[in-house]
Amino acid sequence: MATTQEAKPKGAALLDSIKSSSWSSRLAVAIVAALVVLLLIQAVQEPGQFVSQLLIGITNGAIIALIALGYTLVYGIIELINFAHGDNFMLGSFVGVTVLSGTFLGLGFFTPISADSGTGLKVFGVLFALFVAMIACGLINVAIERIAYKPLRNSPRLAVLITAIGMSFILQNLGLVWKGASQISFPSLISDANIFAGITDAVAYRWKDLFVILVTVPLLIGLSYFIRSTRQGKAMRAVAQDKEAAAMMGINVNRTISVAFLLGGILAGASGVMFGLFNGTTVFDLGFRQGLYAFTAAVLGGIGNLTGAVVGGILIGVIGAMNDQYIGVRWTDIVIFTVLILVLVFRPRGLLGDRSAVQGGGGE
Amino acid sequence: MTARLCRAAGESKVASPGAAFKTFGLPVGLILLALLFPLINGVTGANLMFPVIVIAVYVMLALGLNIVVGFAGLLDLGFVAFYALGAYVVGWFASSHFSDLSFRFLSALPAQSVSGRELPGIHVSFWILLLVAGAFSGLWGVIIGAPTLRLRGDYLAVVTLGFGEIIPRFFINGDNIFGYNLTNGTVGIKGIDSPGIPFVPSRAWQQFGTLDLSPWYYTILVLVLITVFVNIRLRDSRLGRAWVAVREDETAAAAMGVNLVTTKLWAYALGAVFGGLAGAFYGAFIKSIFPSSFSFNVSVLVLCMVILGGMGNIYGVILGAIVLQGINFYLLPQVNEWVHAIGEALSNPFLAEVDLPRYNFFLFGILLVVMMLLRPEGIIPNRQRQEELREGDEDDSATGLTNA
Repeated sequence: MATTQEAKPKGAALLDSIKSSSWSSRLAVAIVAALVVLLLIQAVQEPGQFVSQLLIGITNGAIIALIALGYTLVYGIIELINFAHGDNFMLGSFVGVTVLSGTFLGLGFFTPISADSGTGLKVFGVLFALFVAMIACGLINVAIERIAYKPLRNSPRLAVLITAIGMSFILQNLGLVWKGASQISFPSLISDANIFAGITDAVAYRWKDLFVILVTVPLLIGLSYFIRSTRQGKAMRAVAQDKEAAAMMGINVNRTISVAFLLGGILAGASGVMFGLFNGTTVFDLGFRQGLYAFTAAVLGGIGNLTGAVVGGILIGVIGAMNDQYIGVRWTDIVIFTVLILVLVFRPRGLLGDRSAVQGGGGE
Repeated sequence: MTARLCRAAGESKVASPGAAFKTFGLPVGLILLALLFPLINGVTGANLMFPVIVIAVYVMLALGLNIVVGFAGLLDLGFVAFYALGAYVVGWFASSHFSDLSFRFLSALPAQSVSGRELPGIHVSFWILLLVAGAFSGLWGVIIGAPTLRLRGDYLAVVTLGFGEIIPRFFINGDNIFGYNLTNGTVGIKGIDSPGIPFVPSRAWQQFGTLDLSPWYYTILVLVLITVFVNIRLRDSRLGRAWVAVREDETAAAAMGVNLVTTKLWAYALGAVFGGLAGAFYGAFIKSIFPSSFSFNVSVLVLCMVILGGMGNIYGVILGAIVLQGINFYLLPQVNEWVHAIGEALSNPFLAEVDLPRYNFFLFGILLVVMMLLRPEGIIPNRQRQEELREGDEDDSATGLTNA
């Protein structure tokens, strides 16, 4: 990872790297630069709109980043694209809306928490829904790994990937059986009002947006602490580097893999509830699209790289929001999937780097 | 690996009555059965023509995907894209969609409409379009495959998934491309011309109708037989052996002088050609195409067929297609009725009103997982494929993991 280049003046090093770059990468840089310039022109013309859109993008990106972390955690350790992860996120939002409704399996546990409830109850409801969804999704993820992926640990990669697609359809249809095919609406517990209402009307930043950031940041700090500073986190890093060597050092590889799935599931659960509260609705096939967005984010940042997943998530959120504003919502999916393909083709290691994307002999 | 190849090769050479039946008797019997099917259908009054034609379209799709997944070992999750492209080629060039143009070429349609005006739109003979659709899809297979095929297996799967999503979405958004209506959006293209063979005495064959479906049936049967033939010839060709080599060990194959990108590209493009042919036939048969008929679910359904039947085994893939579409068309509606009857008898509102066919992908998802866990080689396995898939069970884990 660490480059052992001789110390050079920064300018000369930059010039060298430009000289040694390929035409395709120069073209890519030129296109990205042109797009950024176009965006900046928009930003100067209508700064309020641009900033609002940027903030929405960051919020959406935070939700995507939490899902992307689940992909990247799992990929970093067992090199599996867990297709079912997006659908786990969808189940998270379903668990959240169920908790808020207070009824489960026909039994009413408490009165539904709705927009009319008191502030204290709302805060409790949101936190409780987040907590339950995180636990539920974490456990679902661990169960999936135990049932579907663990027995195939020594099989060809194709086999596990196909199993993951099968699991994705199973989860999606569980959602369909559970809540039906129509959109499920969330109670609007968090205010839609603009935080800056008194100061400026040009920039829209709602309490909802702030809520997403306020939940995401502690989760990220927690995850970072866990991976960096705990014994189990150290074990995860070791298994990601070399499974066999880690096993020889006495690390329980199976348990470590389960922990990775647990963490991914917890983040997906939180993300699902936030998505529901933020957008107001959820639907059974939400996981497919959102999962693909998140996977794009993970790849964009460099799959297996945790910081990369967060950076990629926010970038994808911003790209989506900018596209919604300046090109049109109907093209957003195409644009993001194109980003996915372009990144995989031209820079499979992502922006922040990862080694595992191209098998030996395949060029860059 | 050599031992395995020798064993597989040796077995096909052994002359025994069973082998003779397998090489000649079984195919001839099946083809005869297929040829006589319209007769059997007419005599018994089973009225199965329509579903059987749709099943045959899926058999063709599954055989096309078999080249990619079964032979070359590349997981393609966007196969529906080629199916859609084929269908849209027929939609564009054999309907009144481009109504500001008027162009006819060997079309089976009468030159003028009932009102005596010249028909608007482009109307080209279906038989030409069939070739065009195959070539067009194949071309797209090359365009998509060329930059992506150097990626490792699972990344390739995601890239194909991305394309499989982009192309239908493009058809949805295509009603307004800089103001031009290319695809008519979610409404789709309607009123696609029927094929026809002008110089035959039978009226049914001059203009394929909706009452007598046997011309459609024989057309798709011929297409399926061509697909099977090409599949067999490819499997036993130099290219087919290169696919096996790439599938088993890319690095070793490259060291032996197999050009990885060309080999994979052939698989991808040939698979795409058959996807396009199937799409073109389907478009003409159904007569109206919508972007929503080309969702990710179709890709997964076809993948299920290949995996259920047995990756790389032609009989297996055909069986897989028939079984899965049989489940879709017959088993689920039938079980649904039984469940409703049980629900009514028990006066259970949930059972009495449940709509089981809606959950068909629940079943297919379970099928994928269970097949991979218990019998990854499928119902009728390809022997070589079986040993590859079972390899990890005995060998040390390292080789199993690097098998992409």
